[in-house]
Amino acid sequence: MAWETVIGLEIHSQLKTKSKIFSGASTAFGATPNSQACAVDLGLPGVLPVLNKEAVVMAIRFGLAVGAKVNKRSIFDRKNYFYPDLPKGYQISQFELPVVGEGEIEITTEDGVTKKIGITRAHLEEDAGKSIHDLYDDYTAIDLNRAGTPLLEIVSDPDMSSAKEAVAYAKKIHALVQYIGICDGNMQEGSFRCDANVSIRKKGAEKLGTRAELKNINSFKFLEKAINLEVERQQDILEEGGSVVQETRLYDSVKNETRSMRSKEEANDYRYFPDPDLLPVEVDDELLQQIRANLPELPTEKKQRFVGELGLNDYDAEVLTSQKAVADYFEAMLEVGADSKLSANWVMGELSAILNKNQIDIEGCPVSAQAFAGLVMRISDDTISGKIAKDVFKAMWRGEGSADEIIDSKGLKQMTDSSAIEGVIDEIIANNVPQVEQYKGGNTKLLGFFVGQVMKATQGKANPKQVNQLLNEKLS
Amino acid sequence: MLHKLTVTELSKGLKNKEFSSVELTKHFLDRINQSDLNAFITVTDDLALNQAKAADAKIANGSAGILTGIPYAHKDIFCTTGVKTSAGSKILDPFISPYDATVSHKLNSADTVMLGKANMDELAMGSSNEKSYYGPVKNPWDKNKVPGGSSGGSAAAVAGRLSPFATGTDTGGSIRQPASLCGITGIKPTYGRVSRYGMIAYASSLDQAGPLTQTAEDAALVMNVMAGFDDKDSTSVDRAVPDYTKNLENSIEGLKIGLPKEFFSEGLDSGVAETVMAAVKEFESMGASVQEVSLPNSAHAIPTYYIVAPCECSSNLSRLDGVRYGYRCEDPKDLEDLYLRSRSEGFGPEVKRRIMIGAYALSAGYYDAYYLKAQKVRHLISEDFKKAFQDVDVIMGPVSPTTAFDLGSFTDSVSMYLADIYTLSLNLAGLPGMSIPAGFSNNMPVGLQLIGNYWSEELLLNAAHQFQGQTDWHAQMPEGV
Repeated sequence: MAWETVIGLEIHSQLKTKSKIFSGASTAFGATPNSQACAVDLGLPGVLPVLNKEAVVMAIRFGLAVGAKVNKRSIFDRKNYFYPDLPKGYQISQFELPVVGEGEIEITTEDGVTKKIGITRAHLEEDAGKSIHDLYDDYTAIDLNRAGTPLLEIVSDPDMSSAKEAVAYAKKIHALVQYIGICDGNMQEGSFRCDANVSIRKKGAEKLGTRAELKNINSFKFLEKAINLEVERQQDILEEGGSVVQETRLYDSVKNETRSMRSKEEANDYRYFPDPDLLPVEVDDELLQQIRANLPELPTEKKQRFVGELGLNDYDAEVLTSQKAVADYFEAMLEVGADSKLSANWVMGELSAILNKNQIDIEGCPVSAQAFAGLVMRISDDTISGKIAKDVFKAMWRGEGSADEIIDSKGLKQMTDSSAIEGVIDEIIANNVPQVEQYKGGNTKLLGFFVGQVMKATQGKANPKQVNQLLNEKLS
Repeated sequence: MLHKLTVTELSKGLKNKEFSSVELTKHFLDRINQSDLNAFITVTDDLALNQAKAADAKIANGSAGILTGIPYAHKDIFCTTGVKTSAGSKILDPFISPYDATVSHKLNSADTVMLGKANMDELAMGSSNEKSYYGPVKNPWDKNKVPGGSSGGSAAAVAGRLSPFATGTDTGGSIRQPASLCGITGIKPTYGRVSRYGMIAYASSLDQAGPLTQTAEDAALVMNVMAGFDDKDSTSVDRAVPDYTKNLENSIEGLKIGLPKEFFSEGLDSGVAETVMAAVKEFESMGASVQEVSLPNSAHAIPTYYIVAPCECSSNLSRLDGVRYGYRCEDPKDLEDLYLRSRSEGFGPEVKRRIMIGAYALSAGYYDAYYLKAQKVRHLISEDFKKAFQDVDVIMGPVSPTTAFDLGSFTDSVSMYLADIYTLSLNLAGLPGMSIPAGFSNNMPVGLQLIGNYWSEELLLNAAHQFQGQTDWHAQMPEGV
């Protein structure tokens, strides 16, 4: 039986505001437990929420970036449920009227296929605190530092048909929220979290299958694994004649399995209603214009510019713009004068290889964009060859200095003095008479041997182009 | 004798150094300690005397304001730093607030002296003050009768002259009804006029704080301190606060009074009706004109209110869960047990009833039929008033269908709810209203309700002050005071 997979994602993106969405407490990560929870965050009797306008501005930035309808009037609702890390017994969220309405975003999968994914809505809400179950034997510890941190929940249409597409979409949103400066994208600290709604149906069927919601996914790798696991699980059930139950399932990355958290029957009735403590959020044209004017260059715009103005090919432009930090690094190289195509090759080649190998993000790269540009520029001006440049880069990575310092101290400067190279060639011709005769007898393959000998004698510093040219002259 | 003086008179006496704030405070503390009205949950003797000393110092160095050194009773619904703030509930009995409500802060900044925290119906739910965890409050006019509620302790304290003024909150009549039943003056301002920050929420879209006083003039003085925009309360309105005493002496000649025919129908006690009509006549004799108006949807105010308020309270009270503060049951065996028993043991029956009504009405499948419909009717009720205020300046009528009833006489909640008929619609519309002493029926006080258009507190206070210039109902005191 052929099945097709239908996936929709709910992404919780933590907004980078300095203070919380409804109080003045700081949102900084990692503080002493409960040191960043004020009276409002603690849900003391009598306290009232006051909306942090910056959170609304950030939500609108997102809306504009995905070409979505920004609602002129949106409402905060209360989502009622009891949990110890939810101090008020309700979460302030947006239910019927979110700040951001329908939009869309284009993704490119690993196979290079592009596809448009619809965005149903994006709404503002407050985060809950954290329950820590393993700190005390008989108690659960509660840290309310995170309570009230602003989140933008971005809900996609069920437009993805494979785990890979879901990952491509999640990565695209991940890059976008960082581009527009509304989220730091840190998945380890929980600043960017995904829930996946997964269902399968017979190929060609109109009706959606029963879905399961996968929670607790904190990396793109796990997102892919969890979805694939869930698709397999649902296929097994359906192929054995069973039926999928609508439920929430928790992904366990250690056991690499999903397990049921609660079924639809056990789901809470959240008793949503408009929060009477907050006024409707009104967004006027002036504010919208202002936010639009302050929007930075978006990834798609940047990509187009890289292709159009810098002459990069589509693939390179896509890779370089897929993460803001990479694009920033690349552009910083160009700013000090490095060649765009050569820089692109080196960023996507040597640099990304060594970063991957050491599992370091480009933000943590020990070689600055300016220093890296210094290296690339020495290739462009023939000071060193590409081969030598790789060694210089390794030394730079180890912190041995700038490209110029390393080239100087190790004497790696390329030999471009023809007479000096000629001297070396003459000596090699004199010392290898049999090979010279064979070459002259028609075995032109031996040119490589002579080039190798010259490079060896010059410790790779001779300009390969010149060496070839001079050898051709001398041996003919 | 000091306790019989109004805030205005006490302010003059303090300024002229006829007595000190410490003397005044001690006098009231003595009266409170000898009183059997049960008007206070907490008496803050030490704090009061310290505040009085500080006030005397300000009076001595000439930096005193009008309310400097004036004692007051603070409804136990306002958070007060370092002082138990229980809202009349067992569930908050252990709660010492770590912060001040905006109203508390404003009163402190005005150098007033807090005598203590006034008794109230549990979490402001009730019309008789019989629902307090700390026991019922007695009506100073007849100790077998209720003082009204939920600000019953506040009203009894002022009527019994245990405090020159008191704060109250009014969600469905909780300032006006006890003011009426205790023969004092009370004003519920326009929604958004007084900050709700730090006021323990009952129904957020209806709650509004205001003063209970002997006179309209005193109410104006206290309103000058309580009113104003607060950036900690998104529903407070950024609108200039007038000096409420400025226009008190204006003539009310030509004032157009509307009498809603729906307020004078069956169910209204004839003695109350006569007293109210006599008061309206008095206004006429002062140059006001009277006409009938109609508020056709006012009959729906009770069911509408008893959907909206429980819905909001069912959510507002969720934070009282035994986890972070307040009452927690003993030895909970797990989380669910902790929630269930802390809340079952901590809340009284009336509060539980309203939480259940609210949770039910907000449930999936019922929301549209109850909450949404109630919001629509609420809009219609507001429209009725809007229409009426095209023809008249002030609407007048009774506050309560009867005078104060006997303690324990209401056994079912619904008949108690019905007694709120004349007060609820204002809260639903967000309009300001007052209750002023209008006379007596069967030796118990009767209040006259004045309802104004939005932000018309000045006019209400002016009309009330003019009435009090012509009558002495407000100056009557219970026997033995």
